[in-house]
Amino acid sequence: MNAEIRPIRTPAEQGLSGELKNLPSSGGARIVALREAAAKAFNDNGLPHRRVEEWKYTDLRTLMREALPVSSPAQSAQVEAHARLLIDTGARRLVIANGAVVPELSDLADLESGLTIQPLATALAAGGDLIARLGTLEPGRYDAALALNTALAADGVAISVAPGAVIERPIHVAHVFSGKAAASFARNLVVLGAGASLTYAESFEGPEGVAYQVNSATEFVVADEASLDLVRVQEEGANALHLSTLLFEVGKAVKLNAFTFTSGAAVTRTSLYARLNGADSAVSFNGAILLKDRQHADSTLFVDHQTTGCESRELFKHVLDDSSRGVFQGKIVVRQPAQKTDGRMMSRALLLGDDAEMDNKPELEIFADDVACGHGATCGAIDDDLLFYLRARGIPLKEAQSLLVQAFVGEAIETVANDELRDALVERAEAWLKARA
Amino acid sequence: MAMLDIDNLHAKIEGEDGKEILKGLSLKVNPGEVHAIMGPNGSGKSTLSYILAGKDDYEVTEGTVTLNGEDLLDMEIDERAAKGVFLAFQYPIEVPGVATMTFLRSALNAQRKKRGEEEISTPDFLRLVREKAAGLGISQDMLKRGVNVGFSGGEKKRAEILQMAILEPKIAILDETDSGLDIDALKIVSEGVNALRSPERGMIVITHYQRLLNHIVPDFVHVMHKGRIVRSGGKELALELEANGYAEYQQDAA
Repeated sequence: MNAEIRPIRTPAEQGLSGELKNLPSSGGARIVALREAAAKAFNDNGLPHRRVEEWKYTDLRTLMREALPVSSPAQSAQVEAHARLLIDTGARRLVIANGAVVPELSDLADLESGLTIQPLATALAAGGDLIARLGTLEPGRYDAALALNTALAADGVAISVAPGAVIERPIHVAHVFSGKAAASFARNLVVLGAGASLTYAESFEGPEGVAYQVNSATEFVVADEASLDLVRVQEEGANALHLSTLLFEVGKAVKLNAFTFTSGAAVTRTSLYARLNGADSAVSFNGAILLKDRQHADSTLFVDHQTTGCESRELFKHVLDDSSRGVFQGKIVVRQPAQKTDGRMMSRALLLGDDAEMDNKPELEIFADDVACGHGATCGAIDDDLLFYLRARGIPLKEAQSLLVQAFVGEAIETVANDELRDALVERAEAWLKARA
Repeated sequence: MAMLDIDNLHAKIEGEDGKEILKGLSLKVNPGEVHAIMGPNGSGKSTLSYILAGKDDYEVTEGTVTLNGEDLLDMEIDERAAKGVFLAFQYPIEVPGVATMTFLRSALNAQRKKRGEEEISTPDFLRLVREKAAGLGISQDMLKRGVNVGFSGGEKKRAEILQMAILEPKIAILDETDSGLDIDALKIVSEGVNALRSPERGMIVITHYQRLLNHIVPDFVHVMHKGRIVRSGGKELALELEANGYAEYQQDAA
């Protein structure tokens, strides 16, 4: 006899289960089945809590007090006024408001040869090869944020780059939330053919003072010898709850460089799953996370080396003011066939606030015997000797701190290849420091 | 009134059981004067320089320090710099990620701002740095790098002198600027310092060896021992110390 233990469901879980009764119906039998399976998984498992290892430091069951109704479309005039991130970078800009593409604010004209961009809703209605890739990167274990996204997201962008096509102009998907508190879900799919090249940016922003919820997931299918640069900026309003999932499938000899900048939202969880199943690829996942007040941000990475000769690098820099809390969980798995793997992970935190907290949890699981893997973590205040040196030259304390913090996060931002995007990130870090001073 | 007036300065390492390092040190520096402070290791020379610059690790228990009549010890570190105090560090610190040019400009403008002066324009700043850097053999590449990052010992000391040349302090304290320098580097650094001697500027040159004083010829030489100045004289005192060593003072104190 099975004794099923059902924990008491929280109001948020009950509310979400209610939302899951009305799943989107687009996309054909496979997609509908995916949604139903995801909804069932959520109903069975609920929100994760601190006894679930992957969510040890981010007890979503406690942090997510209520479920909000799925958001309705936003007014484009309001959206236009709110969307300001990465606006001057020269990227091709697509706007997603409250989880739905806003065509009148999205630049879909004169697409480069080999580039296809569709709203996901359109792609789902049409079916076809691209949609056949959607949902194929799910990590094969329960992830509440991703399950909710899979079940409830009805729109987003679907992008494909034909084999060999080199898209010079970055694509920027601007996620904006507008209006009253609600939950928005967006699902994006980015498929790069063999030898293709793309710079993809995504940004997240919304109003201050509104306790809205954003759940975004983006799947990246990167075929052999393709090159992908990903840049993310998350500056949600201070009361928002932001959950995002990044899924990568990496072929052989791929170059992948992903960078995340986070300074928004009350609670952030970014989960990243990368499956390296082609040989000799080089991937890096870097981040700069700047938090203040009582903000909480969790970056959890799962890098799965399945085959030989891949290099993976992670560099995460947290700057934690006031009583904010940063979490970095990095797991590198090196499977038995993945000989000659070179994996290195580094997390550094600068604690500016007396009550700030950083939790680091590196995990290495190595089954191959000829690998080089390492990890490191540091936490500390700004070096007093450095501060003294700068101040002894006449630089006031706050300005000296700002210069040193900029230098600290600069090391991570430097990894962004695109000049305009890198400059925009430096500017975002400066803006954060300026607001502090 | 002396420009810098140190009177009966007592200081200890911060904390309850902090060891007393300066035990009644007095020194007056007038504009245009170069004072050398010599002494054996552990006599408190570097502590004096840190206390003048405002480092937090020390506590002044007695005595006063004034700069042009103002209480120096009451000022924040950066305020002292704006008032004209400059410490050339014995071990200049590497500041990765802060480009030397950014650092110099931030420092110069912060000081100007504090003094109620206008910020320097970009072309004027670049001209100033180029001119001063050339004289010290500092390349454009070094200026683009992080402050002192990857610099050799000699390059670090030259970079300190460059900072001093740009910031134009009223009172410069050179803490063992000769340490770690070979003879060529010593010459370049000394020439840089000599170029900054002026009737308006006072200097305190702290050194263990007389060698530096062949290049930077002081007006006065003081011997420091156990936290006090135990003897003062002209530049010939340095030669005497070189010949006889510090043993005499160490025995006296024993």
